[in-house]
Amino acid sequence: MIVQILFYIFAAILVVAALGVITARNPVHCALFLVFAFLNSAVIWLLLEAEFLAITLIVVYVGAVMVLWLFVVMMMDVDVEKLRQGFTRYAPLGGLIALIVMAQIGIVVWVRGLGLEETPLPVPMPAGQSNTAELGQLLYTQFLYPFEVAAVILLVAIVAAITLTMRKRPGQKLQDVSKQVAVRARDRVRIVKMDAEGKQ
Amino acid sequence: MIPLSHVLMLSGILFSLSVAGIFINRKNVLLLLMCIELMLLSVNFNFIAFSQHLGDLGGQVFVFFILTVAAAESAIGLAILVVLFRQRRSINVEDLDAMRG
Repeated sequence: MIVQILFYIFAAILVVAALGVITARNPVHCALFLVFAFLNSAVIWLLLEAEFLAITLIVVYVGAVMVLWLFVVMMMDVDVEKLRQGFTRYAPLGGLIALIVMAQIGIVVWVRGLGLEETPLPVPMPAGQSNTAELGQLLYTQFLYPFEVAAVILLVAIVAAITLTMRKRPGQKLQDVSKQVAVRARDRVRIVKMDAEGKQ
Repeated sequence: MIPLSHVLMLSGILFSLSVAGIFINRKNVLLLLMCIELMLLSVNFNFIAFSQHLGDLGGQVFVFFILTVAAAESAIGLAILVVLFRQRRSINVEDLDAMRG
């Protein structure tokens, strides 16, 4: 029972945070509302017994990705007022589309039912069970190849992000590695044969 | 415990809110990307709810991969956005008409 009450409380906060993301005037506030939404979803995931993913969401998303977002948002001085033009014009259309999407999902979930009423409520996991260990066991056996592919995707993303944003400024000091490797000793050091000089 | 349909409805509300956000903030690329993040989050709710109700951890593995791809997507998206802002001094969608035929 208490799990259900907590779920409704945090779900309400989550919806409010999502509303803040799409309506806040300042992009920094939007990013902070998104952080808030992620935190609330992490709590709901904890209630849904996905402990490892909840912690991952906080560490990876709130801790790393959203900090990156905030950096980028604060780095650009965007003209907020110009970007807000047409906000009220498109708001009714956006609301209508949202209502239609929500009604469709509601019809599928509530009216058609999908036999959801018959599905029994899940039994809570026993106290000693480790979600992380089970997930790891699955990840390193059955899903090993997708796991490796995910690692490669992250590597590609790092390389792509760096190559996209790196630029050559005038006056920048860079090593030219191929020149460094191609250099020979005789280009740098000249050995001169000369007679020994007497002591003066 | 939490009924499955309530979690599905919560994720539906989140998804439709982010669809509305894409319509409302159609000029600001930054907010469009944020709405896409919100959409991915709402899809993750479905996976986790079904994973709990069916007693199958495969759904949580999928959420893991979605989180990975979302992180990669936001990193590349933000890099493109930074390059764009450097070139145009604006992130307005209407200014991005270089590829118009």
